[in-house]
Amino acid sequence: MAYKLKLRIWRGDAAGGEIKDYPVEVSEGEVVLDAIHRVQGTQAGDLAVRWNCKAGKCGSCSAEVNGKPRLMCMCRLSDFAEDETITVTPMRSFPVIRDLVTDVSFNYEKAKELPSFSPPPRDADNKRRMAQVDVERGQEFRKCIECFLCQNTCHVVRDHEENKKAFAGPRFFLRYAELDMHPLDTNDRRNMAQEQAGLGMCNITKCCTEVCPEGIKITDNAIIPMKERVADRKFDPLVWLGAKIGMRNKDDDGRTEL
Amino acid sequence: MTESAGQDGRHPMTGNALDGNAEGGMERHSYDVVVIGAGGAGLRAAIAAHESGAKTAIVCKSLLGKAHTVMAEGGIAASMGNVYPDDNWEVHFRDTMRGGKMLNNWRMAQLHAQEAPERVMELEDWGALFDRTEDGLISQRDFGGHKYARLAHVGDRTGLEMIRTLQQRAVALGIDVYMECTITDVFKDPESGAISGAFGYWRESGRFIVFDTPTVILATGGIGKSFKVTSNSWEYTGDGHALAMRAGASLINMEFVQFHPTGMVWPPSVKGLLVTESVRGDGGILKNSEGERFMFNYIPEFFKAETADTIEEADRWYDDKKNNRRPPELLPRDEVARAINSEIKAGRGTPHGGIYLDIASRRTPEFIKKRLPSMYHQFKELADVDITAEPMEIGPTCHYVMGGVEVDADTQESAVTGLYAVGECSGGMHGSNRLGGNSLGDLLVFGKRAGEFATTYVNSLGSDRPRIDAADIKAAERSALAPFEVEGGENPYTIQSDLQQSMNDLVGIIRTAAELQQSLTEIEGFKTRARTMVVEGHRQYNPGWHLAIDLRNMLIVSECIAKAALARTESRGGHTRDDFPGPNAEWGTKNLVVNLNAEGTGVELHEKPLPVMPAELTKYFEGSK
Repeated sequence: MAYKLKLRIWRGDAAGGEIKDYPVEVSEGEVVLDAIHRVQGTQAGDLAVRWNCKAGKCGSCSAEVNGKPRLMCMCRLSDFAEDETITVTPMRSFPVIRDLVTDVSFNYEKAKELPSFSPPPRDADNKRRMAQVDVERGQEFRKCIECFLCQNTCHVVRDHEENKKAFAGPRFFLRYAELDMHPLDTNDRRNMAQEQAGLGMCNITKCCTEVCPEGIKITDNAIIPMKERVADRKFDPLVWLGAKIGMRNKDDDGRTEL
Repeated sequence: MTESAGQDGRHPMTGNALDGNAEGGMERHSYDVVVIGAGGAGLRAAIAAHESGAKTAIVCKSLLGKAHTVMAEGGIAASMGNVYPDDNWEVHFRDTMRGGKMLNNWRMAQLHAQEAPERVMELEDWGALFDRTEDGLISQRDFGGHKYARLAHVGDRTGLEMIRTLQQRAVALGIDVYMECTITDVFKDPESGAISGAFGYWRESGRFIVFDTPTVILATGGIGKSFKVTSNSWEYTGDGHALAMRAGASLINMEFVQFHPTGMVWPPSVKGLLVTESVRGDGGILKNSEGERFMFNYIPEFFKAETADTIEEADRWYDDKKNNRRPPELLPRDEVARAINSEIKAGRGTPHGGIYLDIASRRTPEFIKKRLPSMYHQFKELADVDITAEPMEIGPTCHYVMGGVEVDADTQESAVTGLYAVGECSGGMHGSNRLGGNSLGDLLVFGKRAGEFATTYVNSLGSDRPRIDAADIKAAERSALAPFEVEGGENPYTIQSDLQQSMNDLVGIIRTAAELQQSLTEIEGFKTRARTMVVEGHRQYNPGWHLAIDLRNMLIVSECIAKAALARTESRGGHTRDDFPGPNAEWGTKNLVVNLNAEGTGVELHEKPLPVMPAELTKYFEGSK
């Protein structure tokens, strides 16, 4: 069962680095993160890598395995031939700190720009009521583990550093969609999504959906509906007329535009 | 962020210095309240402190939103009565005390049961999307040891929902967060002995940072990383436990470690990974290799009156809870873990050394995928097992420590003025065994209390604040850098791995005096080896160095566990002695308290009577043992 894996890892920091060979013993049922940990424990004690749960739940161990954005803890060695070389490099869209660790503060910055949930008062009995079918839309988006692989892979910023300022990225389009579809929220963030978060820059190539380890249909269920909601509000003459005479989309009923 | 962050090339959000060579001297910040740890308890404490008007910082070892709370699956126990109107705090209080085999701090169990429902509602106010009942209320699910279905949940990813909600709330409030920053020491005023600050390092740059603060709230979670088979992440190295002891506070109940009955056993790389109790709450059953539903053979006297003794009654219970008793699969975790352990030892285990957890033959694939999506995903991706078609192989895994910092029940303050502890790193709330679902509630209820009481204390100080002694900062610096000074010493990874194996083998789910004594000898050996640990490389994002520092905490906490386990000559909750089977009434009246010895080289231990429950609460236990 055990064999020697031809593992290569990018080592370096902001000043530069290189891919180095770390042949390492691995065994049945292991994942790429196991191999990385063995290298750390036996060959390179200072190999920098982020990880926490090792179960695909926390989204810490994001990297690129043979060029594909993956969670290292969910990347099984059995998906590769035993004689295949596995090359692990840091996420490319974020500045390298050291080895496989990148500076993902871009995402935490963007999170701060997004106005939070704002509910109406509770019902008279101090409870809130929402139908399961209504919360399920948002629940899909709240499965997001913030691994930032979608942010890393999105070509709007992957090779265009200059777009980062005006573009929040798929992870935050999910959040805009979640709040817009929340049965109780009182804010209307459609204008913000378009003007501030750069929703319009997304041209729905679905790269984000492909790399999502949670299987969230980011493009189909969040970004496209959000684009439609923005377009409805902005360009649709019928919606414009409806709004004028007091007819509104139920989701945005009673909301305050931010 | 603070005004000081955003300068000298730091990230405006994280405040992290990226240049490992930066000189610039010691970074120093001043706060009213510094919370260590950004899991559920830490975030809730920080929110409460901020909302009470304190200038608050959160300091955490990982990125924000990655703490271990994210792994919690089943739900938050709160007697909201949305599914069973008969439920109320009194029933929840009784379940909690009985689950902890009456060793809980009664006042904490009472506060928890009373305040948990409102804490859950707050999460909903802040944007959490819980699963709903038919009437649109927050749905509640069954769990072991709880009389009524009372766990508010989101599928089987409740912890993720909780941490994200609290994270988003903290960000919305603009609370300062120091991510990937590890605290290695807390400081006390040389005259008054009250908390005056904290010392740590940025993981990214290795640079040191000092916080001037009259209050520190420890919310660092547990100790599971001292064991080989565990559901816990690398962060669980007992930091808060050790920081408290070094500051002069004491720990209680350290002998009580919860081995969750159901962890994955195969493949080896995920051994110990949690399989939620919701599988059993939603109808899953346990079977041995002979196909026998063995839990009926393990119903203890203590729970006989409320547990079904036939398969027929157990199966009826899921639909009719009024007229039937609970299935034995839903006994508290300590009982189920011991039963599984016995079956495996008796040779009735599965090919990979576990037993079978079967929901495939009990529920439809649609039901399973809807209620247990993460479990479906986890087994499919990591073990090639389709849980809608075949049983899972599971076995006990180190999951939670009931023991922790001894605190005042109402305020969560330790014996050291200004030092608070909340969540898993505090002790008392869960007694000798924690019920599933009571952890998330614990984080919220006592997180909020600690944040508020810390602020009240800060406000009472006025401008006369405790001060940090400059010599203490120098000492902390030297101590943190010590692993770089050694030559020819040992790799910390090897010592950690040997410690984990030793704790697993000798201080595990079933214990004996001989093995515990041997473990104490081995821990002394690890301590000696750790004195000459050596790390390679430099200070910038160096996991070897980080581990070397964390390992000191793991060793002291492991010693506490082994020593207390040796002293308690009975079996109760999460502490099972093969040489002293069964509970002992006298031991049922006292806690074991551990402190750091005067030399700071080891731990000492003494007994302390349990707080006495007032008469208006003892009535809930009349007629039960």
